[in-house]
Amino acid sequence: MAADISFCDGCMTVRLGGEIDHHNAGLLRESIDSSAERKLPNKLILDFSKVGFMDSSGIGLIMGRYRLIKELGGELEVIGASPQIKRVIKLAGLERLGLNVG
Amino acid sequence: MEKPINEMRLVVPSRSANESFARVAVAAFVSQLDPTLDELSDIKTAVSEAVTNCIVHGYRDTIGSIYINARLFQNGKICVKIHDTGCGIADVKQAMEPLYTTGGSDRSGLGFTVMESFTDKLRVRSTPGKGTTVTLEKHIERRTHD
Ligand SMILES: Nc1ncnc2c1ncn2[C@@H]1O[C@H](COP(=O)(O)OP(=O)(O)O)[C@@H](O)[C@H]1O
Ligand SMILES: [Mg+2]
Repeated sequence: MAADISFCDGCMTVRLGGEIDHHNAGLLRESIDSSAERKLPNKLILDFSKVGFMDSSGIGLIMGRYRLIKELGGELEVIGASPQIKRVIKLAGLERLGLNVG
Repeated sequence: MEKPINEMRLVVPSRSANESFARVAVAAFVSQLDPTLDELSDIKTAVSEAVTNCIVHGYRDTIGSIYINARLFQNGKICVKIHDTGCGIADVKQAMEPLYTTGGSDRSGLGFTVMESFTDKLRVRSTPGKGTTVTLEKHIERRTHD
């Protein structure tokens, strides 16, 4: 389970990879949060283009990072989600939070 | 009772590494019905939710066995039963409501909602102190081959 994290002009980009389930979500959460808390970005981009599978544990991951970035006064963007992942995200109604899902 | 054309049983301990093993194993078994990739990923997602619930909720503080049974029928129906002998659910109707969770801020409370929308039929039977059985049914379109 990989997450490649990079920073540019206050924007933190997390390129997620592999499969996101409960087993993998814990480590991802820790590495994203510890980076974000150190660098205090004003924008967080979660890039799902290399993610082959996600279940509702991924929703927990997205929601938690949404809360974190809001606390920092920033924005969250979700990009690169496959049709399967988009369907899971749709069920959570994340669009209603004003969250960009592209 | 209709007879299945094929059947498999799988028992794994409730270790989180088995979440991916279980969904991939069921998907591999179901593949013989020649499902589309979308149908297959629907099944993987629903199985992943049910197995994760056994691990996270049913056997919260222990390791127990997860019993998986998959049956395939002539008309393309797939029936997957996922059973634990863990803590059980006191109020199944409440547990199945979208966003309801007893699992804290990491859980979304959407597992049953995902199972419901990614399958054709979801049945949940549970007895507190005895365990939980989730039955997922999905119909695979039989495509004709020449
Ligand atoms: N196998 C199970 N054993 C005991 N409780 C369960 C089980 N499956 C689900 N539950 C209960 O139902 C609730 C909702 O489950 P679900 O919709 O998957 O959301 P989540 O897993 O995110 O909490 C859980 O929080 C838990 O209280
Ligand atoms: Mg769940």
